[in-house]
Amino acid sequence: MLTKRLIACFDVINGRVTKAQQFQDNIDVAPAADLARRLYDDQIDEIIFYDIMASAERRMIDLPVVRSVAREVFVPFTVGGGIRSTDDMFEVLKAGAEKISVDSMAVRNPKIIREGARAFGRQCIVLSTQVKRVGKRDGIPSGYEVFIDGARTPTGLDALDWVRRGEELGAGEIVVNSIDRDGTASGYDLEITSAIAEAVNVPIIASGGAGTVDHIADGLTKGGAQAAIISSILYSPRLDRNIGVRELKERLAEREVPVRPYLEATA
Amino acid sequence: MIGVIDYRAGNAPSVGYALARLRIEHELVTKAEELDRCDRLILPGVGAARATLASLAESGLTGALQRRVRDEGAPFFGICIGLQVLFEHSAEENTMCLGWVPGEVRRFDDSLRVPQIGWNSVHLRRDHPVTADFPDGGYCYFVNSYYAAPADPGVVLGETSYGVEFCSVLAHENIVATQFHAEKSGELGLRLLRAFAGWAP
Repeated sequence: MLTKRLIACFDVINGRVTKAQQFQDNIDVAPAADLARRLYDDQIDEIIFYDIMASAERRMIDLPVVRSVAREVFVPFTVGGGIRSTDDMFEVLKAGAEKISVDSMAVRNPKIIREGARAFGRQCIVLSTQVKRVGKRDGIPSGYEVFIDGARTPTGLDALDWVRRGEELGAGEIVVNSIDRDGTASGYDLEITSAIAEAVNVPIIASGGAGTVDHIADGLTKGGAQAAIISSILYSPRLDRNIGVRELKERLAEREVPVRPYLEATA
Repeated sequence: MIGVIDYRAGNAPSVGYALARLRIEHELVTKAEELDRCDRLILPGVGAARATLASLAESGLTGALQRRVRDEGAPFFGICIGLQVLFEHSAEENTMCLGWVPGEVRRFDDSLRVPQIGWNSVHLRRDHPVTADFPDGGYCYFVNSYYAAPADPGVVLGETSYGVEFCSVLAHENIVATQFHAEKSGELGLRLLRAFAGWAP
């Protein structure tokens, strides 16, 4: 059967993975390729890589770092940050990524979703959304608003309206990233995650807030997500104890969440 | 030497990285004449069937592939869209495909979440040299909205369930193909690529 995925998220600055809290105060963790290698050996299901300064610095993604990670991991690898055109997408795919994540740029220019899906197939286009609970009001019927530019800029878009539009335009997966929960280890925002899972038919990825195995299990069951983005729990120096992929999966399986079983090494 | 067909809608570099990790001699090929120096070929794929076929035709690779694989019997490994285009027809944008394997490609039922994205189990239906090191029920990484329905059940080497039981590994004469991304299925995918490199059909 199709299993739920654990996706390690890398927020990369100058080739190094960093860890933020509510999109701020990034602290250094490790070189991206080293951490990628370690997590691949630990049988992570997937890796997503955000070049978090590319968009603000108005430059192309750091392709040499993308290549250095792609050489280490033989599981799916998504890359995002500063993608402006299908030519940019092509460069990133050529560097060894499978999927492209679009976020702020897709809000500014939604047709990039359609163009990407046409050129590379919709499975290639991951729409990442930064959502924040703002309360129900005119124009924001869900009570959740989409933000861009590292959670700094409100867009006036309702989260549910935006993901429906994104699916229509050709997004193959949607990341629901809660700004309120990011880096807090207080659990995913299940309310908006499940509302988005209801609203669209493509796979949903829960993001922002996983600090315990129960949080992950909740995101994948009550939250209705097909995949969970984790980072703090795997490697944040802010947590007293990090948990490896193998242990996470064993404990998810105990909670009856279907996961890809750990493959024992063979001679 | 394995030639990895490198066309705009493909992900040849990822396949190249996997072969490099396995220390298997390979090159990414973009032109018809380069196919002649490769004794076996891999057709990767990530996009849509129509775009893939158009991209192959544009690069003048369609005829050369046909000659190397169908006429001269070079061992061939198709991945994802590289499996689907082998059939006669795909429901994706109503596309006529290569027709090397009888059968058609259908869309998953929309009562499911489509595309299927993630790790799913592969159940082997018979023995084959390419799956000799692959454990029955092993998990591989899938990304697909469409699936192959071969006319001849004899070509099915592995099956996977997503609403429907579908052909996830195909073996037909000198052709093998996987619906999942062998280059992105961790150790188990690498085992298939390694076995393919040594396969003498």
